[in-house]
Amino acid sequence: MRNAFAKIIVELAEKDPSVVLLSGDIGNRLFDDFKNRCPGKFYNCGVAEANMMSMAAGMAACGLRPVVYTITPFLTYRCIEQIRDDVCYHQQRVVIVGTGSGLSYASLGTTHHSCEEMGMLRLLPGMSVLAPADSFEVEMTLRAALSHTGPVYIRIGKKGEPSVHSQASPWNIGEVLAMQHGTDVAILSTGTLLQESLETAAMLKEAGLSSTVLSMPTVKPLNAHVLEDAFAQHRLVVTVEEHSVLGGLGGSVAEWLSDHPRSRAGLLRIGTPDAFLHRNGEQEHARHILGLTPGKMAERITSRLASV
Amino acid sequence: MSSADPNVLESLSRSIRYQLVRMSHASGAPHLGSAMSCVDILVAAYWGCLNIDPARPDDPNRDRFILSKGHAGAALYAVLAEKGFFPKTWLDDYAKTDAILTEHPHPHGIPGVEWATGSLGHGLSAGLGMALAARIQSRDYKVVVCLSDGECNEGSVWEAALLAPAQKLSNVIVLVDYNKWQATGRSEEVMALAPLEKKWAAFGWRTCEVDGHEMSALLEALSLPPDPEGRPTAIIAHTIKGRGVSFMEDDNNWHYRIPKAAEVEQAGRELGVL
Repeated sequence: MRNAFAKIIVELAEKDPSVVLLSGDIGNRLFDDFKNRCPGKFYNCGVAEANMMSMAAGMAACGLRPVVYTITPFLTYRCIEQIRDDVCYHQQRVVIVGTGSGLSYASLGTTHHSCEEMGMLRLLPGMSVLAPADSFEVEMTLRAALSHTGPVYIRIGKKGEPSVHSQASPWNIGEVLAMQHGTDVAILSTGTLLQESLETAAMLKEAGLSSTVLSMPTVKPLNAHVLEDAFAQHRLVVTVEEHSVLGGLGGSVAEWLSDHPRSRAGLLRIGTPDAFLHRNGEQEHARHILGLTPGKMAERITSRLASV
Repeated sequence: MSSADPNVLESLSRSIRYQLVRMSHASGAPHLGSAMSCVDILVAAYWGCLNIDPARPDDPNRDRFILSKGHAGAALYAVLAEKGFFPKTWLDDYAKTDAILTEHPHPHGIPGVEWATGSLGHGLSAGLGMALAARIQSRDYKVVVCLSDGECNEGSVWEAALLAPAQKLSNVIVLVDYNKWQATGRSEEVMALAPLEKKWAAFGWRTCEVDGHEMSALLEALSLPPDPEGRPTAIIAHTIKGRGVSFMEDDNNWHYRIPKAAEVEQAGRELGVL
């Protein structure tokens, strides 16, 4: 996904001279092409994320379109006040791209995990929160973010994630991508667990359950029409995300649901627990022990349906 | 710009100080001591350095001034009103319910306010973004940022201080309002700030120290041409909190105290405006 980001940002910056790229001392070699083709538009702002974020807001105030890029926890948790005061309060068009989101850097330890930041950024007035599923969605969300009139946060993974889509299609913030239609379960997947969501649906099919699977790259603003249909047309709605069940897509949908008590279906939130992960291991291992694998997800869905 | 008469500006400073005492009294808004200490700095910047047309506050080529110590917002408002960015009558409602002029500067709807501040340690970083934008967009403006000494406790100030010389942002001028106090104590004792000028110099800035109440010294420091070596400039302005009123000067109670009617009158007499 980060390679897709590095590739697309060159094209977007070549088209729009106001695009500038700010990096927090990461992306060694990743942006060589950008630096060559867009001279004077790349700034390594050092290991100083708070300063970088406010600088981006100041640049945006002068008409530039800054894209700020570094590892997610440092780009969000560390400078949440700069994002709130300088970016959001000033309504600046800053695009914040966090890499290594969720459990992408599981093996690097909890300091490098980010399973709470969507909840934090979602609270900020005016902020859009996007979580693309694969390289094509990275392209789609980045294009949409740069033509948006307010601040946008995009959480991306690392590299080598499987492509779920076959191409990037025209896309606007808030739109969902329907992967398949069914009648029993609606799986709303945001971010990099889309492939696992599809495999979950395949397992459910074997158990005689038909599933809708939607890729929802937008966690904020929520698409109310999609939620209305999902809750009206299925027995169970399942949110899937590599993020805490608090505050992210599941949390958002739960809040929405409490305001729509007539909705028919129940809600199951699948994500990371309200706890730090202390076990060492790669992303796949972390997903396994946290129940974010197709087998575990299908099991939870069928047992939940059995209890309804 | 360089034709500014220090005597005229000193007199202007005194009348602005009296205005601030009245605004604090009328609104009950604190931070009077902090506002009083930076009046001469703001007057020198707006009348002797900044190229901004109050009739065109959004001109992309204007110089930018950021009051990073947002708790002295009253001083910025009084200066902007005096310059003609908005009517002086707005000052009468300062910090009152539903007033346009909020206690800390607001980002929308106040002509001349470049950046909303109030949380310390943000203004310089935002200013660096503006200064870098000038280079990217081939514009010839400068960015002047006023910090407080207490604000220099914030780590983000020093992140910015490290980046500006690396990017050779010679169009940036920092003015530190060094009144030696922060909210609850001497700034030397709370965070070992001294030697402040040497710290900025060690970070790669062109530095100078001035008496922050001597108008001619401030004007001279602010009129320096950009550093030929590309360094940004930090002017350490030694000031007195509550400057201009005997019973407020260097008394940190005036970080929060509100003047009573009799004190307003005495202040006016001492400032020579009554």
